[in-house]
Amino acid sequence: MTQPTGFAALYRKMQLIRRVEEECARAYAQGKIGGFLHLYIGQEAIAVGADAALAPTDYAFTTYRDHGVALARGMSARALVAELFGKATGACQGLGGSMHVFDAERRMLGGYGIVGAHLPLATGTAFASKYRGDGGVTICFFGEGSVPMGEFHEALTLASLWKLPIVFVCENNGYAMGTPIERVLPVHEVTSHAVSYGIPCDRFEVECVREVQTRIGAAIERARAESVPTLVECLTYRFRGHSMSDPGKYRTNEEVEAHKRKDPLVRARAELVAELSEAAVAALDAEVEAEVADAVAFADASPEPTADILEPTTYKGPFAR
Amino acid sequence: MPQINMVQAINDALRLAMQRDPRVLVMGEDVGKVGGVFRVTAGLHEEFGEARVIDTPLSEGGIIGTAIGMALYGLVPVPEIQFSDFIFPAYDQIVSELAKMRWRSGGEYSAKMVIRTPVGGGIRGGLYHSQSPEAQFIHVAGLKVVCPSNPYDAKGLLLASIADPDPVLFFEPKRVYRAAKGEVPEGPYTVELGKAAIAREGAHVTVVAWGAMLYEALEAAHQASARGVEAEVIDLRTLWPLDIDTVVASVKKTGRVVVVHEAPRTCGLGGEIVSLITERAFTHLEAPPARVTGFDTPFPYTTELDYLPLAHRILPAIVDAARY
Repeated sequence: MTQPTGFAALYRKMQLIRRVEEECARAYAQGKIGGFLHLYIGQEAIAVGADAALAPTDYAFTTYRDHGVALARGMSARALVAELFGKATGACQGLGGSMHVFDAERRMLGGYGIVGAHLPLATGTAFASKYRGDGGVTICFFGEGSVPMGEFHEALTLASLWKLPIVFVCENNGYAMGTPIERVLPVHEVTSHAVSYGIPCDRFEVECVREVQTRIGAAIERARAESVPTLVECLTYRFRGHSMSDPGKYRTNEEVEAHKRKDPLVRARAELVAELSEAAVAALDAEVEAEVADAVAFADASPEPTADILEPTTYKGPFAR
Repeated sequence: MPQINMVQAINDALRLAMQRDPRVLVMGEDVGKVGGVFRVTAGLHEEFGEARVIDTPLSEGGIIGTAIGMALYGLVPVPEIQFSDFIFPAYDQIVSELAKMRWRSGGEYSAKMVIRTPVGGGIRGGLYHSQSPEAQFIHVAGLKVVCPSNPYDAKGLLLASIADPDPVLFFEPKRVYRAAKGEVPEGPYTVELGKAAIAREGAHVTVVAWGAMLYEALEAAHQASARGVEAEVIDLRTLWPLDIDTVVASVKKTGRVVVVHEAPRTCGLGGEIVSLITERAFTHLEAPPARVTGFDTPFPYTTELDYLPLAHRILPAIVDAARY
């Protein structure tokens, strides 16, 4: 199949993320995925819009809700699903699992399961890009739940102090796990912190993937051209619970349904149908279905890694004992 | 060859590493214009400039986290944590991110770096400037841990650590930073990681020590000799991966072992060393393995010389082991 370009490509990626995760939710219920599974459903436009504004050589870091950024950056659905299934063919040979996918080739340097811990790491790759003068930019996604963590403030301090080419993207979905922002952040506008660190900021409701591309793209271009960090706050909503084990009873059905009516994926599809045709978009959807089914079948058929993988991936040199 | 101290030897190693490889950076609190609280980085800022010798805010988590990102990119950061007691704000970064990076990336990426930090007591620093937290890092799979005792080893081990593909914690025993002097060759050389040294040969008791306590073990061995007990003193040098073969070979010869460390006794590295010895040389043991260590308390200010496992505490352990 030929890969679509432009807006069709953005839609296709959003749809791919949505459908992969829906199938992963099913697989989780079937016991094929262990541990934790945090779905990105509802927030796809952020990863896809941001990725569209990045160069392939730019670096990306994100949270444990990482499937969307991984697929947006170009990780194959096969590698992602196999990783979630704990298979040797997964992105990290099954060692990481859902929260910790990693793709060196696409410079997706990980999902991070310790809240806030990855912000300094992203600051480090941005430092290295500036040090090497390679024109690269680092993008770092995190939730508003990271804001009370020390690393948020340490990373913004260092990035501003050293004028690093980095875009901090706060995906503010309104809930730090099960607690609404109003109960955990004394100041609800995350971008208000930009003042403290003397850096530019932008804050907007995520409704349209192309707007995300433009708004985050402006921050990326500022980073690339002027080596200045930006704090972007994307107001978004996750349609599912914090993880699969969270029924989300801290939110009303009315609230969730109101947000689903503003689903950026539904909007993107409608706009693409208007630009192309229902048949053309349905053909894209069919491609995605085939890709997802292929990924699940691939993961199902793949072998599990064996324990002899553990030591050589812990140390490069000889294991101590 | 010139006689220099450990501060000068480590400074020399950093300078050589930075001259040879533009990927090597030094960063930390007061490491640049000030030259470091112990003067270990003196002169580097002038020679290499502020792009490569970076004064940071007081932000240990930020320093180590940023260094991990630099390392992911392919730079070779050598961050300094001003005292190993200050490393705990960065403990999460070291444990959750640094130690796991190679593994969690399926072997794709390592975060190759050397964290330098002064360790141990001996400067009346009290509870926040004296601790020896090596075991807390050895327990985390994925890190290598080094602690030299003399200038020659300090330079060679630091250059080996900077060349090593894995993250290394480089503990510098501040009690002997300037007191330990020795001949150090000019120019680069390495001391292989994971290899202990026999600091004193002896047939009756094996003593395992490292860092500043090596000198106490040697002094105790000297005093034991006057009583007819010849101790073999092993300088572990690399704490992890530790050279258990050298230790076990010695214990098989002597049948008796005393392990010395400044850190508190419980769950200290000494316990692990004793376990490894009993697993490998149980039938060779002629006496219960002994530990001479710090106490299971915070590190004291006024009673520092009681807390430290100095020669006067090591000597009876050697003699008791020999006469058991």
